[in-house]
Amino acid sequence: MEKVLLIRYGEIGLKGQNRKYFEDTLRRNILLAVRNQVSDNQDIQVLRSYGRFYLTGFDAEHQEECMDVISKIPGVVGVCPAIVVDNVVDAVEEGAVAIMKEAVAQVSLARSTVTFKVSTKRPNKSFPFTSPEMNQRIGAVILKNVPGLSVDLHNPDIILNLEIREKGTYLYVYDRPGPGGLPVGVSGRGTVLISGGIDSPVSAYMAMKRGVDVNALHFWSYPITGQRAKDKVVDICKVLRQFHPQFRLFIAPFTDIQTQIIEKCPENYRVITMRRMMMRVATEFCKNEGGQVIFTGENLGQVASQTLESLTVIEDAAGLPILRPLICFDKTEIIDKAKEIGTYDISCLPYEDCCSVFVPKHPVTKPTLERAIAAEKNIDVDLLVKECVEGIREAQLEDDI
Amino acid sequence: MNAEKKELKNYVYMDNAATTKPYPEIVEYMSFVQENFYWNPSALYGFGVQSERLIRRARNSVASLIGAHEDEIYFTSGGTESNNWALIGSIRAFDGKRKHIITSSVEHPSVTATTEYLKQAGFEITVVPVDRQGFVDPQQVLDEIRSDTCLISIISVQNEVGTIEPCQEIGLCLSQMGPKAPIFHIDAVQGLGHVHIDVNKWGVDLMTLSSHKIHGPKGVGALFIRKETPIKPLIFGGDQEKGLRAGTENLAGICGFRMACDMCKNDMDETRDKLVKFKTKLVAGITEAFPDAVLNGPDIHLSAPHIVNFSFPGFRGETILYGLEERGVLVSTGSSCSSRKREPSPILLAMGKTQEEAWSAIRFSMSRFTTEKDVEATVLAVEDCLKKLEPWRKKMI
Repeated sequence: MEKVLLIRYGEIGLKGQNRKYFEDTLRRNILLAVRNQVSDNQDIQVLRSYGRFYLTGFDAEHQEECMDVISKIPGVVGVCPAIVVDNVVDAVEEGAVAIMKEAVAQVSLARSTVTFKVSTKRPNKSFPFTSPEMNQRIGAVILKNVPGLSVDLHNPDIILNLEIREKGTYLYVYDRPGPGGLPVGVSGRGTVLISGGIDSPVSAYMAMKRGVDVNALHFWSYPITGQRAKDKVVDICKVLRQFHPQFRLFIAPFTDIQTQIIEKCPENYRVITMRRMMMRVATEFCKNEGGQVIFTGENLGQVASQTLESLTVIEDAAGLPILRPLICFDKTEIIDKAKEIGTYDISCLPYEDCCSVFVPKHPVTKPTLERAIAAEKNIDVDLLVKECVEGIREAQLEDDI
Repeated sequence: MNAEKKELKNYVYMDNAATTKPYPEIVEYMSFVQENFYWNPSALYGFGVQSERLIRRARNSVASLIGAHEDEIYFTSGGTESNNWALIGSIRAFDGKRKHIITSSVEHPSVTATTEYLKQAGFEITVVPVDRQGFVDPQQVLDEIRSDTCLISIISVQNEVGTIEPCQEIGLCLSQMGPKAPIFHIDAVQGLGHVHIDVNKWGVDLMTLSSHKIHGPKGVGALFIRKETPIKPLIFGGDQEKGLRAGTENLAGICGFRMACDMCKNDMDETRDKLVKFKTKLVAGITEAFPDAVLNGPDIHLSAPHIVNFSFPGFRGETILYGLEERGVLVSTGSSCSSRKREPSPILLAMGKTQEEAWSAIRFSMSRFTTEKDVEATVLAVEDCLKKLEPWRKKMI
């Protein structure tokens, strides 16, 4: 009898010729996350068998932690603790009793009896009993050996799953859902612009969930905003790193660009000009890092710079496609998602980012490209972008104290 | 860790009203006490008695810095606890018979938040306003006294602008009122070590003191309680501090506090003279570097020598703070306790300053460790920072 974690994945199993690549990527992501966040025990392995992964070789005390970590990896549909026994009826019965005793102890109900059913799958047709036969047989053994249980086939408290496979029979009870989606890396590379607000972290998460290997770029206007504004972004990225163990944050020094804009550009085009400069810097940076697309947290109509006209004028300055996962979400939907992934509370801390100190009293809501270009005539766009890109530095996401 | 150690040395520390760097001797001594005198001072065996003796010695040092008797010093966890205790403990002592408290509009948050709590609990609070320099008018305070006034609580040195409040004048008048007089509490956290304090001359009944503002450790302070002043405990438990403040004594902290008091007493006048000189230089330097700067608080000789507060209209205080940090000078925007909130300084507003002045204020605060070079570096940093930020003037929100 061996304890393992059974990891289910969904749509990547369907991806035809790419299937092996997708599976290998997910497997590597899972292993990396467990080794980084739980234990670097080299016995830990991710095995593949019939459209499932099994995490093996971990210490029993780490089981919960491994579950937590794995349930956050994009591509994972669900993860559950399981035991593996030999394909021998006696061994299956023994395992079923053991796992049910543990499961019953964890269920707390007002009723004195807990209901259950057994659900068998038998891809291994050489096993001598059929699925219905196994359901009955194992059910009876459990009723006899585990006190306080009764059978309910329609609405049970506990479902004991048996999977009789080539190399052994797997038994499991609970399932913790994962995020689904695609493994990070299979969809290519990109850069997400991250501000410290509520939206951009959600956008980063969604990019990861669709398999994009994103890194984050934050525009920092020290001393207009302080150390805490940057620390806030670092904290957000630490949360996001749970979904993407190799996630990295880069800081672009933005003060000089903002100072030039505030000195030399018309006030009503200030935000548009700033966003266009951000796109230029992000384009260069993303290309240097081998990326092909920029993600933002932009959302239609939220603020003046997010009208269709503004988005079009901003996009013009970018040399790469801009993807906006949140474009048609309501604010409340974004907030719910931010709460779910755990970035909301950090985003709500009161430290300002470079955008919020910069908003003029009457920003233009229907900018035109001609005027946006004219607004830039007094600043040396290329030089400013070049200097900003050269000043980009990676921020440490590890705790050093 | 190593990188941080290196960086720390290069900073000019101008935020001493927030907290001060402890004397290295004190850190060393505290570590010695932690290791060798971990005995509980309440223990009956010899070692416990030794610990107790150290506390008595500390009580004596603290008392002598404010002209008190050692039996009148009660150790606490710091200024905030002492202020809470002074207010709530006095109210409780009158058992609902006196329901009125008088304070000023420039008190520390540990006083204003406590009075706010008492107000909600049904007590009446009178907040006496201040003038443009931050002074309360003693006569106005005395005029507010009623037959059910329980307590008057006034700050000795205002922590944001350095105004030295007329505590002695108020105290003297109260002394003449006889036994009916309300209890007189002084929050002397910023005054200690910078102004001469004499609890008897001032006619004070309760006085809040803190260790970490005079180069001692954090987490320790004291409340001076004049003999026979009615006060009830705030913290209940064992019978430490004569049953008035429960909890095993923070022996190392108390010993550190003692050493800080001794050292402070030694060089107080010398430090004062030095800081008055520095303050004069700093004020002149900043005024020259940025003629539009507005000095908040009274003239140099009417305020504490270690605090200088300027408004830089057209800028946000926070941005100047970061700009000075970038140049290696650490300052604060008003009181550090409120600087995480996005509100203009309530103290400056209470002094009748404009919103713009209150938003753009920077506090420079010095200590006995401050050097003339620090002052010069600060002036240069202010000049350079404001020059760089000029395009942002009036354009920040």
